[in-house]
Amino acid sequence: MALIEVEGVHVRFGDRVVLEEINLAVNEGELHGIMGPNGAGKTTFFNTLTGSVKPSRGRIRLEGADIAGLGPHAIARKGVARSFQIMTLFNDFTAQENVMVALPAFRARGFDVRRAVAGDSALADEANEVLASVGLGEKAAISAKLLSYGERRALEIAVALAQRPRVLCLDEPTSGLGTDGTTRLAELIAKLKGKLTIVAVEHDMRFLFSLADRISVIHWGQVVARGTPRELQENPWVKRSNLGSFG
Amino acid sequence: MTGSSSEARLITPTMLGAWLVLATVPLWINAIGLYPYIGVEIVIWSIYALAFNLVLGTSGLPSFGHGAFFGVGAYAFGLTQFNIAANLWVCLAGAILAGAFAGLIVGLLIAHRRGIYFALMTIAFGQIFWTISVKWHSVTGGEDGLLNILRLPATFGVVSFDISDNETLYYFVLAVFAVVVMLLWRLVNSPYGRILSAIRQSETRTAHLGYNVWLYKLSVIVISAGLSGFAGGLFAMAQRSAFPDVMNLAQSGLIVMMTLVGGGLVSFWGPVIGVIIFLIARDVIGAMTNAWALYFGAMFVLLVLFRPEGIAGGAKLLMERWKARREASRVLSSAPRSG
Repeated sequence: MALIEVEGVHVRFGDRVVLEEINLAVNEGELHGIMGPNGAGKTTFFNTLTGSVKPSRGRIRLEGADIAGLGPHAIARKGVARSFQIMTLFNDFTAQENVMVALPAFRARGFDVRRAVAGDSALADEANEVLASVGLGEKAAISAKLLSYGERRALEIAVALAQRPRVLCLDEPTSGLGTDGTTRLAELIAKLKGKLTIVAVEHDMRFLFSLADRISVIHWGQVVARGTPRELQENPWVKRSNLGSFG
Repeated sequence: MTGSSSEARLITPTMLGAWLVLATVPLWINAIGLYPYIGVEIVIWSIYALAFNLVLGTSGLPSFGHGAFFGVGAYAFGLTQFNIAANLWVCLAGAILAGAFAGLIVGLLIAHRRGIYFALMTIAFGQIFWTISVKWHSVTGGEDGLLNILRLPATFGVVSFDISDNETLYYFVLAVFAVVVMLLWRLVNSPYGRILSAIRQSETRTAHLGYNVWLYKLSVIVISAGLSGFAGGLFAMAQRSAFPDVMNLAQSGLIVMMTLVGGGLVSFWGPVIGVIIFLIARDVIGAMTNAWALYFGAMFVLLVLFRPEGIAGGAKLLMERWKARREASRVLSSAPRSG
């Protein structure tokens, strides 16, 4: 059984149909890429998967349990974490604090007003471990707003990883990154591959085709093609659509 | 590193310093041309401003009708005294509960909103509470308000303290203020406080981390409203009356102005600084001209234009610059000399 099963998901905003009959299955440990032109409905699909948008109809199952229509916090608690294309970090927090608030141990103390966060070395150590895993071990005490663009992209992923997710959803993780940054990110995601189930929306074809196990192409709100990177490179629709260079 | 050491403390050196200075106020307040009652007002409004800043500065919720909760607490204090029990603690508990209940009603209806919609709804609810206080004459006394509210003795078991004169009342509210400051300091530096701060920075991200943002917003509105009601109860006792004025839109605006001028968005103590400056400006400039609010308004405009983080923010910036300069001179003096 697939870990994520999307069945007949349909999203409309007023009269406008944005997603139509989306069907998708992602197996545990798979890296599933989502690609498509601008305005195709990729981000709406992502928002539907992670609870920001409620589908008009259809089912989304996580390990067999229907999560369609649940709020983002409920879906996050079931083990689905996401990063954002437009970086959404806590700029007044340090890198360590950004990661710390994402830890399940911190969430479990959410309504605790008796203890101060400062001085809690167990939380700090756990956060530092996550930061080190994305190469930000030396940046723990730096304010998020003072980090470089590439470091902020890495912190986005660290925050998602800190949630100890089963499913990691990455929304255009290479957006705005240069060649070096993209290479480092590809190395990081390659390390995570197999340990987590990853769904990644991405424009960078070289990046996606080098990492993904399977890719779904969304256009006009529908899945128009699906397959392994090799299969898709031969797909006549993908070839015609000029979605980017496969390198 | 997990934040500064003062964040982990229940009582900080700044708190001790502030309490010490405030404890000496009755000794010199007359000598500088002011009067003891202004000290009572400053401390009570400081409690109110700190409570208000939980929603504005900590959680980023623009509440422009907070006077409603302060006023509900003031009326609840008087009504509890007249109808239930003339006991200080019972009346203060009544003020807290009434404020928190009003906060719960408002919060249930607006906690899912954000930004301008949240702000407009708070104004609307503030006006509703103000209208009720003016029109429900049989309960609130209408525009005449509730009069003859007593300054009840503070009893601790068999010991009872008369707080009917301004000086003893001042020390009573100062003791209450000290407790409130400790509790709020711990709250804003606890996991709960950090999550409120995360909500201020990004509701979307916080929700996607698994936090029920609506519940956190509702809870902080209730806590803030309860504490504002508590301050309102103290104010009714200090004034020996409760009037609808404290609930009107202008009064709700004042607490926003005090908090922003002081620097509530960047500092725990900002609201207290704002209250001190506002109330002293009211009396000092007010003694010279009736148009004192014009000058305070001008100061507010200038601050928003040139120092939007308020006085505490400006002080913080100066302190950081001074530290950086000191660090630079230390590095220069320890560098090996050449030539």
